[in-house]
Amino acid sequence: MLSFRIFRFDPESDKEPWYKTYEVDAKPGERILDCLNKIKWEQDGTLGYRMSCAHGVCGSDGMRINGVCSLACQKLVKDYAGVEEITLEPLPFFQVRKDLIVDMDDFLNRVGSMRPYLVRDQAPPEKESLQSPEDHRKVEDAIRCILCACCTSACPVMRENPDYVGPAALVWAYRYLYDSRDGGFMSRLEKLNEPNSVWPCANYFECTRVCPKNIPVTKSINFMKREIKKQLPQTGQ
Amino acid sequence: MVFQHDVLIVGAGLAGLRAATEVAGKADVALISKVYPTRSHSGAAQGGIAAALENEEPDSWEWHMYDTVKGGDYLTDQDAAEILAKDAIRAVYELEHMGVPFNRTSEGKIAQRFFGGHTRNFGEAPVKRICYAADRSGRVIMDTLYFDAVKKGIKIYPEFHVLDLVFRDGQVAGLVAYELATGEVHFFHSRAVLLATGGYGKVYKVTSNAFASTGDGPALVYRRGLPLQDMEFVQFHPTGIWGLGVLITEAARGEGGILRNGEGERFMERYAPTIKDLAPRDMVSRAIYTEIGEGRGINGQDYVHLDLTHLGEKRLAERLSDISSFVKIYLGLDPAKDPIPVHPTCHYMMGGIPVNTDGNVTDENNRVVPGLYAAGECSCISLHGANRLGCNSLLDLVVFGRRAGLHILENLDRLPWIDPPEAPERDAVERMRRIRENTKGEKAVNIRRELQQAMMDGCSVFRDEKGLKKVVQTLGELEQRARSLSIDNSGNRFNTDLIDALELLNMLSLAEAIAASALNRTESRGAHSRQDYPERDDEHWLKHTLVRKTDQGVSIGGKPVTITRFKPKPRTY
Repeated sequence: MLSFRIFRFDPESDKEPWYKTYEVDAKPGERILDCLNKIKWEQDGTLGYRMSCAHGVCGSDGMRINGVCSLACQKLVKDYAGVEEITLEPLPFFQVRKDLIVDMDDFLNRVGSMRPYLVRDQAPPEKESLQSPEDHRKVEDAIRCILCACCTSACPVMRENPDYVGPAALVWAYRYLYDSRDGGFMSRLEKLNEPNSVWPCANYFECTRVCPKNIPVTKSINFMKREIKKQLPQTGQ
Repeated sequence: MVFQHDVLIVGAGLAGLRAATEVAGKADVALISKVYPTRSHSGAAQGGIAAALENEEPDSWEWHMYDTVKGGDYLTDQDAAEILAKDAIRAVYELEHMGVPFNRTSEGKIAQRFFGGHTRNFGEAPVKRICYAADRSGRVIMDTLYFDAVKKGIKIYPEFHVLDLVFRDGQVAGLVAYELATGEVHFFHSRAVLLATGGYGKVYKVTSNAFASTGDGPALVYRRGLPLQDMEFVQFHPTGIWGLGVLITEAARGEGGILRNGEGERFMERYAPTIKDLAPRDMVSRAIYTEIGEGRGINGQDYVHLDLTHLGEKRLAERLSDISSFVKIYLGLDPAKDPIPVHPTCHYMMGGIPVNTDGNVTDENNRVVPGLYAAGECSCISLHGANRLGCNSLLDLVVFGRRAGLHILENLDRLPWIDPPEAPERDAVERMRRIRENTKGEKAVNIRRELQQAMMDGCSVFRDEKGLKKVVQTLGELEQRARSLSIDNSGNRFNTDLIDALELLNMLSLAEAIAASALNRTESRGAHSRQDYPERDDEHWLKHTLVRKTDQGVSIGGKPVTITRFKPKPRTY
C-alpha cells in the first residue's frame, strides 16, 4: 500500500485548504493517474482533478507531485520507489478552482497574447508555402508543447512577478517567430521586448526541468533575448 | 441561465473547430466542450492526414477514393469517398496555409509517407500519401485550429457537459448543458446544433481513447428514438501498447516497422502478401488475434512484437518521437534497441449518427432532421464503411466539419428561432436529482468495468452468435443495475462523480446499439468479423444498419449503400 496525501479545497465550503491521506494498492507500473482514479472511484468520489487522454498528449493532468510539476499520467508509481508518501497538489501560481483543478483561462490568455498563429504579409500560394527541412527543424522542439502549464506554474519568477507572461507563452512566441512562413518577425520581436515578456526570465531552468515534452524552454528564451539584442540594439535590455 | 447563439457546436475537437471557424463572422456561433479547450481527443491522432498531393511520387485522388472504398470493404458510400479524396488536396493546403508545421521534403514541400491500405494504381503497392508532423499530427492541427478560433473570437463554453437536445415539432430548438465548474444547468437556445462529440472507445476495456470518449452525442440521439448507423463496425487498431492500450501509430509500420510473432516470423506476409504490414487495420488486428490464438504470441502470451530496431535513432527521433517516448515511459524500453509488445486496442467507431454529405442528421426514413447536424467520429456519413483507413479520420474531420459549417450557413434562413418548450431543462435536472439523492444504489465504477469487460470478451475483433447473445444479456442486467446509480459527491463544483454516472448511461446505450447490430449482421465485413459467418455476403448484407430504440425494444433496419465507381470485389491485399 502506498500513501497519497492530497490537497483538498472547495472554495464553496472550505475556508482553508486541507490535506487528506489515502492508502492505495499501487503497482509499480501504474501511473499516478491510475492511483488517483482508484481513489476517486473506490474511496472518495468528491476528489476533483482533470484528466483525459492518460498518456501525455492532452495536457489535462498537470499537478505538483512531491513538489515537482508533472503530468500524473506520465509518472509511474515506480518513479517514486522508496518514497513513503506521495503528495499531490494543484499546479502552483494559478487559482485553485477545486482540489487539483486550477483556473487555466489565465494561462491560455497568456499564450494567446503571443499571437500563436501565422501572420501573413502576403496571400498564400496555390499549393503549400515551401519550407526547407532546416527551417522546419527550427520549430520542431516548440511544436511539442501540449499547453499543460507545468513550466509556467513551476517558474520561480512567476511568483515574484505575476505579470511575467511565463515560459509557455514564450515557447509559443518562439514557435511562430522562427516559422519561416510567418510575416510578423519584427513586430513579434518588439512584443517580446516588452518588460514582462522575455526579460524577466532569470535562468532558473525550472521550466526546462519539468517540461514533460522535453522542450528546451530556457534555451529558447535566451535565444530570443539574443535575437532582440541583435535586431533591436537600442532597446535591448 | 439561458444562452442564445444561432449555431451551437458540441465538441471542440477538429470537426467542431473546423465547422466553427467556417461559421464565425457570418453567424453567431459558440462551441461547447466537456473538456477544457485543446484537450479534445483529436489531439491524440499521431500518424497524419491523407491527400494525393504527389509530393513524393505519382498519386491520384481516384486511387485514394478506391483505397477508401476497398478499405471500407465496400460498405463505404462512394459519393462521400469521392468528396473526401478530391477535397483532401485543398484541405491539406488550407491547413498548411494556416500554419500547421508539416514535415518537409528536401525541396520544401509537405513530406509524405506510407500508411496501411493506401496504395498506388488500385492496390498495386503502397504509396506515400500521408502528410504528417512527426507523430503528433492531430495535436498540431488541433492547436492551429484552436488558436484560429480564438483569433476569430469564437465563444467557447469550456467544461460544459451536454445533457439533452431540445426539440419542438421535430425541429431543434437548442440543448441543455451542465456546467462542471458550478453545477448549474443551462438552456442554450439556438437555430442549429452540430454534434461533434467524437468517439466512444471507452465502452471497451482496452482502448486508445481518452476518458472523455464516451459518445455523449450519439447517445443523446439514440435516446430520442433517432437511429444510429453501422454501429457493429468497431475498429481495433493493431498496435496498442500491451496492457495499456496506448496507441503506437501505424506510421511506425509506414516508416518500415515490422510485426513479428513468437517465432520471430514476419507473419503479415502470410495474411497480406502484397502490402504485408501495411494491410488495413481490421486485417492486421485479426492476424494478431489469430497468431496469439494459435499459440504464436511472444512466449505464448497475448501479444506480438512491433520491431522498429532497424529504423535507427535518427528516424525515430525525427518521425516517431512521441511513440518512442511513450514506450520509454510506460514500458522502460528503447524502441531503437527493443521490440515493442503490442496488442490490438479499440480505436475508432465507423458507425454513429447517420448524416448526409452536408452533415444533416437523417432519421430512419432518410429524412433530414431540421436544425440537427453531426460531424466527425460521432457521425456516420458513411465514409469509412466497415473499416476506416488510417489518416482518413483527420481528413474526414476537416473536410466534413467544414462542409457542415458551410451548409449550416446556407440554410440558416430556413431555420427560424423556435420557442422552446416550457422548462426544457426539467428532464435533465430530474435525472440528475435521482442519481444525487439515491443513497442505496451502486456507484458507476463497477458497472462500467463489467460493461467494458463484456464488450471486450464478446464484441471485439472476433464475434459469434453465442458470445454476442451473452453480451446482450449482460448489458440488459447492467442496465437494470444502472437504474439505481448513486454517487458519493453531493457538491456542485466539478462534480466528476456525477459526470461518471451520466457517461455510464450513455455508454450503456451505445454498447446496446453495437451489440444488437453485431448480432443482427450474419456475415463478416471489414471490422465486423463473425466466426460463425466468416464470409462477406453481398447478396444479403451490402447495406447499412440502422438501429433504433423504440418502446418495444431495439429495432433494426437497413439503408442502401451508394455505389458509383467501384463495384464490390473480393478484398485481398
